Amino acid sequence: MLEPVLKVEGLVKRFGGLVATDNLNLDIREGEVHAVIGPNGAGKTTMISQLIGELRPDAGSIRFLGQDITHLPVHARSHLGIARSFQITSIFLNFTTLENIMLAVQAHDGHSFRFWKDARSDPRLREPAMAALEQVGLAHRAETVASVLSHGEHRQLEIAMALATRPKLLLLDEPMAGMGPEDSARMVTMLSQIKGSITMLLIEHDMDAVFALADRITVLVYGRGIATGEPDEIRRNEQVRQAYLGDEA
Amino acid sequence: MSSLLRLKSPITTIAGSILLVLLGLVPVFAMLLDDPFMLTLFTRIVIMAIAAVSLNLILGYGGMVSFGHAAYIGVGGYAIGILAHHGITEAWIQWPVALIGSALVALLIGLLSLRTKGIFFIMLTLALAQLVYYLGNGAYAYGGDDGLTILQRTDLGGLLDLNDKETLYYLCWVLLVIVLWLTYRVVNSRFGMVLQGAKSNDRRMATLGFPVFRYRLTAFVISGTICGLAGILTATYTDFISPAMMHWTRSGDLIVMVVLGGMGSLFGPLFGAVTFLMLEEILSSWTEYWKIVFGPILLLVVLFARGGIDGAMVRGAAGYALTGLITLFLIYVVHYLWYDDWIPAAVVLAGAAAAILAIWYRQRREAVAIASAGGDHA
Repeated sequence: MLEPVLKVEGLVKRFGGLVATDNLNLDIREGEVHAVIGPNGAGKTTMISQLIGELRPDAGSIRFLGQDITHLPVHARSHLGIARSFQITSIFLNFTTLENIMLAVQAHDGHSFRFWKDARSDPRLREPAMAALEQVGLAHRAETVASVLSHGEHRQLEIAMALATRPKLLLLDEPMAGMGPEDSARMVTMLSQIKGSITMLLIEHDMDAVFALADRITVLVYGRGIATGEPDEIRRNEQVRQAYLGDEA
Repeated sequence: MSSLLRLKSPITTIAGSILLVLLGLVPVFAMLLDDPFMLTLFTRIVIMAIAAVSLNLILGYGGMVSFGHAAYIGVGGYAIGILAHHGITEAWIQWPVALIGSALVALLIGLLSLRTKGIFFIMLTLALAQLVYYLGNGAYAYGGDDGLTILQRTDLGGLLDLNDKETLYYLCWVLLVIVLWLTYRVVNSRFGMVLQGAKSNDRRMATLGFPVFRYRLTAFVISGTICGLAGILTATYTDFISPAMMHWTRSGDLIVMVVLGGMGSLFGPLFGAVTFLMLEEILSSWTEYWKIVFGPILLLVVLFARGGIDGAMVRGAAGYALTGLITLFLIYVVHYLWYDDWIPAAVVLAGAAAAILAIWYRQRREAVAIASAGGDHA
């Protein structure tokens, strides 16, 4: 079998006495949507922060496409092809929608020690950014300042920025957070459209979305992965039911 | 709708351009009014405007509150003074040494302080600038805290005669225009986008793949170098260097100029420097305790005019901002005509204060009306 895109082995992160990530092993295969679910406080965001490089693990290793990235800084991981969307929308509020995406495109178009040419009129940034906006259905909002977009549009922009860096692996931290059912459904449609072309790690509380999108699911409880398998296996798993899904699931 | 990154609005650009042209005509006014002191005052204003523009690059566009920017004025000035003291007056040696010196000091201070954020960054830049200040204070060979008189001005190889007040003024003015133009290009370039993105959300910038620290450090060094230029010009026009030119209060003044004029606006620091230094000049000619008047005025601006003078113009309060500028001009005229008599000027100032209060009261009443109307619907 092929080497997984992302291979996490024996990852440990402690905050004082609290073990937020407890000897976690995780394989993410090429092209799959791998969901990580677990109750609040299970250490899902802590895990993502270590994968992206904002937090340094106390032990264990992270390999991406065969390369050890455990100690790489955040920006270097981005250039290897890891992108992240944030749970709390993290966009540039005083930039226009288009400028938000253009900045993401710029990040992967060589260095930015370019001091003279006007960046906003640069077709090398504008055109890919416009295409990315069309992909997520935000093209009509291109020239709108991001701060006045609706919550649903913020979430779409959040994902679009991550996509604009042309990642090989997309880490989605609760993309449906705070969305109504309509926006949620639109997000599921959008994610299922890109499914297969980009490997995704999905953290989400909305179980309908998880079971609609995920190829495999890992269940995290107290920082420990208690089960990994296809959605049906996870549904049937006794341990998972007790820990998370509830008896009636 | 355009973003905040562009020249904020035509009115700011127009007002800024008019102000630049007026500044360019200062030597003519000075000649017509036969007031040589006016030229001295405005040379200082133009030089401080260059320093304020340089601070705005990192403070306004980059969100880095450097509380030690006067250090670079000191480094630039001391380079000129020390070289002149040793008989080296050629500009082609003096200026590069001063600029490279400022850049190196900025690099060092940036390397040490940019690892931190918020209040820690402010305190570190202040502390490191104080270090530079005490270096000047302890440089007994160059006058220590008494400072050092520059006996011979920079020699531009016959190109320009800097002993001529008007020539020196125009040199400063042209450099101000160039610095503004450079800033305009830089903040709208790819580099400028990174700078402004990092101000808005540096965590996201790193996730997108930007090594934020390198870009910030570069901006910090550019800013320090331009501020060093202001130091060169300060030493040249005063024929004097002393630690006082890099005292921490001078750093504070620069921050006030940028905030007063409008952070992150191209012309903001220009508005700020002109307003700040003219107010200082006028108020201090009336009373020794001018800071008692100056302080509350600054407080009023911070409380009621978010975004400073530039912000007031952008919000459509152009009329009010213009009123302010005209008032300032009137005060200056009154001050000029009745130099020794402070009563007419005080009357004008009181009138302006009353007008501001009236405007504020009206705005507040409108706001209350809107709020209560909204309450009815809720």
